[in-house]
Amino acid sequence: MIPLSWYLIASAALFCIGLFGVMVRKNAITIFMSIELMLNAVNINLIAFWHYHSQMQSGPHVTGLVFVAIVIVVAASEVAVGLALIISAYRRRKTIIIDDLTLLKG
Amino acid sequence: MTGLQIIFLIVTGVTLFSAIMVVSVRKMIHAVLWLVQTLLGVAILFITLQASFFAVVQILVFIGAISILILFSVMLASRVIQDSSPQVVKKWWLPALVATLLLGLLVNFLALWPGFETTLVELPEGSDNIAELGHVLISPEGYIIPFELASILLLAALIGAIYIAIDRKEPQSS
Amino acid sequence: MTTETLIWLLPLPPVLAFFLIVLFTNRFKGLSHTLALVGAGFSWLASMVVCFRAIQTEGLAENPFNQSIGWLPLGTGWLEIGVQVDPLTTVTLFFVAWTVLMIFIYSIGYHHFGRPASKQDKPGLPPEGTFQKDKKGHRHPVPSIEPLYSRFFALISLFAFGMFLLVVSNNLLTLYVGWEIMGLCSYLLIGFWYGKESARNAALKAFLTTRIGDVFMLLGLVALYSTTGTLNYQAILSSPEVLERLAASASPLAGLSWAELIGVLILIGIIGKSAQFPLHVWLPDAMEGPTPVSAMIHAATMVSAGVYLAVRFFPLLTVGWEVGSPLTIPMLAMGFIGAFTALFAATIALTQMDIKRVLAYSTISQLGFMIAALGVGAYVAAAFHLVTHAFFKALLFLGSGSVIHGMEHGVLHIKQPVDPQDMLNMGGLRKKMPLTFWTFLVGGFALSGFPLVTAGFWSKDEILSGAFNNGQYVIFSVLALAALLTAFYTMRQITLTFLGAPRSKAAEYAHESQPVMTLPLVVLALFAVSAGWVGIPEYFPLVGGLLPNWFEEFVGSMLVGVHPKSQPSLLPLVTSIVVAIGGLLLGWLAYRGVKTRTDPLEKPLGVFYKLFINKYYVDAIYVYIFYRPAAWLAETFSYRWLDLGIIDGFLHATGRFSVWLGGKLRTLFDIPVVNGAGDAAAHRTRDIGSFLRSLQTGHVQQYMAAAIALLVFGGLLFYLLGYLG
Repeated sequence: MIPLSWYLIASAALFCIGLFGVMVRKNAITIFMSIELMLNAVNINLIAFWHYHSQMQSGPHVTGLVFVAIVIVVAASEVAVGLALIISAYRRRKTIIIDDLTLLKG
Repeated sequence: MTGLQIIFLIVTGVTLFSAIMVVSVRKMIHAVLWLVQTLLGVAILFITLQASFFAVVQILVFIGAISILILFSVMLASRVIQDSSPQVVKKWWLPALVATLLLGLLVNFLALWPGFETTLVELPEGSDNIAELGHVLISPEGYIIPFELASILLLAALIGAIYIAIDRKEPQSS
Repeated sequence: MTTETLIWLLPLPPVLAFFLIVLFTNRFKGLSHTLALVGAGFSWLASMVVCFRAIQTEGLAENPFNQSIGWLPLGTGWLEIGVQVDPLTTVTLFFVAWTVLMIFIYSIGYHHFGRPASKQDKPGLPPEGTFQKDKKGHRHPVPSIEPLYSRFFALISLFAFGMFLLVVSNNLLTLYVGWEIMGLCSYLLIGFWYGKESARNAALKAFLTTRIGDVFMLLGLVALYSTTGTLNYQAILSSPEVLERLAASASPLAGLSWAELIGVLILIGIIGKSAQFPLHVWLPDAMEGPTPVSAMIHAATMVSAGVYLAVRFFPLLTVGWEVGSPLTIPMLAMGFIGAFTALFAATIALTQMDIKRVLAYSTISQLGFMIAALGVGAYVAAAFHLVTHAFFKALLFLGSGSVIHGMEHGVLHIKQPVDPQDMLNMGGLRKKMPLTFWTFLVGGFALSGFPLVTAGFWSKDEILSGAFNNGQYVIFSVLALAALLTAFYTMRQITLTFLGAPRSKAAEYAHESQPVMTLPLVVLALFAVSAGWVGIPEYFPLVGGLLPNWFEEFVGSMLVGVHPKSQPSLLPLVTSIVVAIGGLLLGWLAYRGVKTRTDPLEKPLGVFYKLFINKYYVDAIYVYIFYRPAAWLAETFSYRWLDLGIIDGFLHATGRFSVWLGGKLRTLFDIPVVNGAGDAAAHRTRDIGSFLRSLQTGHVQQYMAAAIALLVFGGLLFYLLGYLG
């Protein structure tokens, strides 16, 4: 009943909001949260397409779900490691403002 | 407009609003809470798509674990939150423009796909077969290898996080 | 050994000695003089054997000992060189061998062999004497040995080789080679004491003056070769056809036939070599060399070589002349130049106070006699005088060397600078150096022509007779006057040197020289007395027919055709006796009372005295005419203008231009373009790098933004292209 396009547009919008947040926010943890938004947008997309494919193929079809599972797993592990990194960086540099972490400066 | 569509619009609106709040608010605690709401919205969207298992998984993992983790980190780095300087970069309109353009592009290219306008109907009863999912995840003809890799990834992440975050302070002589 | 082989070997021992001394024994003085003496001795021995055999040969003039080899391959044949001994060669060889040997022996003593070497003596300066302790421990000054002793013997050996080569050769080419070798040795030996500037200048003067003569002589040689195709004596001088042909053909020079032209050219060479006017200026200055050199080169042999050549070439010089006919052009030239020189040099000799200078001018004068004799056709007389003159002039020079040594010994004792060669410092040496005195007296009388007992009388008498009998009364008078002056200045010399009382302390200390020096004097004196007796003319009263006039027969046979026999003529005979004795007497009278440093002749001669003592200012004239322009040409024109100004200027300008050009290229091209290109490449690269580096801000969000922007941009591009395409 809901056209696929609505879901796709919704996920695209969420993705772009997340992208905006990554590019704009100064705080590392906030950037992480924006990354989570992007991952969730991806998940919505994947589930939408699973539904579409199940609808088209008229058979049980779980590939999309496997993909989503993996994405969730990856998101979880990434959050864990990433926050550990941020804590470690905070301990060393006493800051988590991205602008002050400029060791990559050439 | 069916009832489902109205619900979808309201949920989507809330989700997107929450997302915008995540990237906009000043205080990080607020951002985290807005994130929780966004994730909740996403879970509801999953339900509308008849992926109820994953809706639960979403709430369990994302909200229950990840958001809590983020909340803990925020509380550990609480001293930084007292920072009163602007929380966004200068010239934030440039990424805004880029993001908008990206949105436009994405939608446009998606629209080129023929199946873009198809309506999603309700699936038959046995479509959301979790047992089937489990079976596929384990069977060698299925997706066991990605499953195992994901497990190893989790293990690596676990060990890595511990190793990175462990406090290696010298024993102080007091 | 055949005579021909002996003749070939004759010149070789001295040159061998030269090479051995130069290469090996230069450090060993005794060995060097031994080698030289052995060389001269062997040549002397060979010469005596050859002369002996030659005298015994009948008809030597027509068939001389002759041998040639082909030396230079030419287009059609060979240029042959070889040896020849005919009567003229025989007599020349005789006196050359004897005088050379005597002078070699004399030189050993002259250069103080046996005395210690002094450390103050510098090579190139005469030795100055050193001190020696005698048995009692007294230090008294002795002469020191010449530092360059071996070099002297090497050089005189080389010279002896040159002279022997000249005498025995049968062609003009080897004669010229010997001539030039002697010229070289003369230069080296006059400048033997090269530390003295006067000696250096004198050597150069001698060489250059004789060179002028030699150039003309070479032209004559070349003309002779090109007209006749040969340089052999026999082919030219003994064949009347060749001589006639040369006399008949006209040369490019107006009015002269080839024979006359060649004769004149060769005559110029002889004038240079035998120091006749105007090329006489080198001989007095050549007295700078050691006395043996003066004796050998400038009295006995080298200057005689000129006269020898004239005598040898008599047939060419007198072609077309017979007794009584007018003289040919070369003969005229010889006659006048010879007679003039004889008188000219005699007048200068009157005023000279240096003992060697007097003898030098005397040599010039006597050579003038010989040339004049040839000029009037008195062939035998000229050859005779050549032989006798060599003996007594060598004797006189060696005697003067002995006197100078005695004076130097005195100078060493008194330690004052006194010129040992100035006759005004001498006097009374008769008692101190008796042997030198008597031999010098013999030589002086021979030079003056003292009648009967001296060789000079016979030869001079022949010349005067020849001039008179051939109708050349002018030349006869001039020669007679010159003979008078000769006797006068000779007696002047003897009186000032040996008679009277010593006029300086140095003369008081003089003593006789060692036997190695006085023995050659005695031998030469014997020859000075007896050499004339082989040529006594038959018409001579009293002693006329006692001894055959061997010389005239022997040498006279050289002349092809009828030769003028010495004819009885009283006037020349009386003239020569009167002139000789009168001159000697006058000389003794004028000078016997000289006690001060004035010349008694100064007042009577008046203005002439100044003219004579300054040698007629000939040297000054030559400096003005020749030397100054040449020096200007060399110094100013060639050196300053051409060399420094133009050539160096050009070089400097080129150099400066190149430097300027190089600088300009560097500043305009090298530094801006070449360096600049390299530097610019480097700098631009660095600037690009700096620019690119500024992109790496370290702000991760900017990286992300840039990546997304690029993605969006690419997507837009695709989208637009999709719309368009």
